[in-house]
Amino acid sequence: MDREADVAEARIDQGESPFRANFALGENSSATPDAGAPQQIAVTAKDVSVFYGKKQALFSVNLNIERNRVTALIGPSGCGKSTFLRCINRMNDTIEGCRVTGEIKLDGTDIYGRGIDVVQLRARVGMVFQKPNPFPKSIYENVAYGPRIHGLAANGRELDDIVEQSLRRAGLFDEVSDRLNTPGTSLSGGQQQRLCIARAIAISPEVILMDEPCSALDPIATAKVEELIDELREHFTIAIVTHNMQQAARVSQYTAFFHLGNLVEFGPTEHIFTNPTEERTQDYITGRFG
Amino acid sequence: MQLTILIAVLIVLTVLAFVYGRKRALVTVGGNRRALHSMPSYHGWFVALWCGLPAAILLVLWLVLRGTILDGFIEDALGPELAAAGPEMHGALLEDVRQLAAGNSIAREPSPALLAAADRYSSLQSSADAAVLVIGLVAAALGLGFAWRKVGPKLRARNNVEAVVRLVLFLCSVVAIVTTIGIVLSVLFEAIRFFGRVPFWEFLFGVQWSPQMAIREDQVGSSGAFGIIPLFTGTIYITLIALIIAMPIGLLSAIYMAEYASPKFRNAVKPILEILAGIPTVVYGFFAALTVGPAFRGFGDALGLSVSSESALAAGVVMGIMIIPFISSLTDDAIVAVPRSLREGAYALGATKSETVVNVIIPAALPGIVAAFLLAVSRAIGETMIVVMAAGLTANLTANPLDSMTTVTVQIVTLLVGDQEFDSPKTLAAFALGLVLFIATLVLNVVALHVSRKYRERYD
Ligand SMILES: Nc1ncnc2c1ncn2[C@@H]1O[C@H](COP(=O)(O)OP(=O)(O)O)[C@@H](O)[C@H]1O
Ligand SMILES: [Mg+2]
Repeated sequence: MDREADVAEARIDQGESPFRANFALGENSSATPDAGAPQQIAVTAKDVSVFYGKKQALFSVNLNIERNRVTALIGPSGCGKSTFLRCINRMNDTIEGCRVTGEIKLDGTDIYGRGIDVVQLRARVGMVFQKPNPFPKSIYENVAYGPRIHGLAANGRELDDIVEQSLRRAGLFDEVSDRLNTPGTSLSGGQQQRLCIARAIAISPEVILMDEPCSALDPIATAKVEELIDELREHFTIAIVTHNMQQAARVSQYTAFFHLGNLVEFGPTEHIFTNPTEERTQDYITGRFG
Repeated sequence: MQLTILIAVLIVLTVLAFVYGRKRALVTVGGNRRALHSMPSYHGWFVALWCGLPAAILLVLWLVLRGTILDGFIEDALGPELAAAGPEMHGALLEDVRQLAAGNSIAREPSPALLAAADRYSSLQSSADAAVLVIGLVAAALGLGFAWRKVGPKLRARNNVEAVVRLVLFLCSVVAIVTTIGIVLSVLFEAIRFFGRVPFWEFLFGVQWSPQMAIREDQVGSSGAFGIIPLFTGTIYITLIALIIAMPIGLLSAIYMAEYASPKFRNAVKPILEILAGIPTVVYGFFAALTVGPAFRGFGDALGLSVSSESALAAGVVMGIMIIPFISSLTDDAIVAVPRSLREGAYALGATKSETVVNVIIPAALPGIVAAFLLAVSRAIGETMIVVMAAGLTANLTANPLDSMTTVTVQIVTLLVGDQEFDSPKTLAAFALGLVLFIATLVLNVVALHVSRKYRERYD
């Protein structure tokens, strides 16, 4: 698929809302979900196993991520949460010797299938990392980078609009509106993380993956980001890895508990936290291990 | 002879002092180590240092001052002879005396006064050395005795030894600093002497460089011109050619090695680049003079251009090849130091590899790359051998890269090769050029250091 077509499509979509730019991968076009009705599935993982060289890190994981919901991945360190998350935008491709088997579908299209361009996939599946990693560029350029490389803005004014909108959605605009040209690295840790979120949503992805986005932040910055995640749910599908049980309970609607590379239990957050089926889940959330 | 004995005795004494000092420390506490403030071997070191160090300092002082002191004595003895010979023969006469005293023959028939002085010199020398031998042994014995009595459970030997160690380390670092300062000052003073004969502004802005001066009044030829502009432009021109070759190749190869190459390729190529960096520049020089220069002339002839066999182009190209490994390895380091999280941030946005390199990695590594670039420039400016062999010696003020050119370093070499008087502007000019070169490379290195330090702060 060539990029020109995407750009045109993206522009049309931006007529209504710049945040629903739709990069069709396959034939299907996603309808805007109805908040009340049962949600559509955004990501389907079937029998996903991951190997780092000879070592298997993930064992046959089956998991569905619902659209416009927050799905939390919890579990002790090294249990494969990040590994699973990074399968969804094929970030594992960048790791030497990493092999993924099984099937992951985004809107019904196998993202590991032939003819899939990772560049376009990653435009649909954004990611926020554990440590804030703003580029060595100005605040403005950090946010404008994605739209620029994907050609989402026809001119400078449109780009300005996208940058402002994204910063607003990330709850950062009021704090930085007077210094958009200062380096992104000059912000505080919490601000940098929200800048990275703004950067991710500037290309209007469908899914946003967050790998422990608050673990490097202080409690106040954490609270801000959590609040933000709740707001972002309206427009995006979110999968978040967290070590913080309360955080998972606060922000997510679904929770998946991983242990030693296996998906032990998956279900509505309420259910997992109040009435888990598996003993291991119970032990973990009550702090008996991990 | 006496001094050799002193050194040998001192070494033996010191070793013995260490061994027995250590033993004595244990003896004083009846073998109970815990009663000692310091470990026994610190006591050994303590005694050894007291035994060897004062005598060694005395010995070194004597070796430094010996010549001067002895010369003073024979100058008195030679008084009338020296006066008759005139001041310029002063040094030669003294040297003759020293040679006679050592039993060597000298160029001319020695006068009786000279022979007498030589006798006096050798007898003085042996008695003075004997005196030093005695004093040195006495000092060693006194130090040994003093330290020996001090050894005991209360002695803070460790602290004393550590203090001496610290002092020694300090003196070593002082040596490095003092030599540097000494070199800079001597260059500076000679350069100032040069500017006493050739006006500063004429040197800095003159467009003609022909340092040959008439040695005798009646000789034909110029009175010498010391305009540095042709040398400066030659240096910059050749450096520029080198950078035009080395910058893109070094940078791009570093990007390939750091971002694209498989680990296998990387592990094979990195050592090769290091070998390239280890080739002596004189080898590059004859490569330039014997292969590249004639090849360029051949091309030129085929195209109907006149290319001299010594051309700025040949020198610049070979110099460029010389600094490629330098640039690529420093740039590679800078790129590898860019944190992985930045790369992942870009990939996660859907940036391609080349977009990531251009938009994220290079800007993040830029300070390191600039530092590499500046260090390469300072290296190119200071390079001599290649230019001597490939670019020629004539100071042409020209923009034609096919002509021969010369650089500051090359002129320093030619000024100081062959016979020369130490006082003529021609020789002194070398110091002025050296000073200019020193300042230029110093500024480049300081800027490079500053830039790369700033860079390091950012990602720690
Ligand atoms: N790049 C890698 N190379 C080799 N092994 C890895 C790599 N990344 C993760 N692993 C291994 O995979 C397992 C799961 O890691 P990860 O997904 O990072 O765990 P989590 O995010 O749940 O703490 C761990 O045992 C870890 O050692
Ligand atoms: Mg992790």
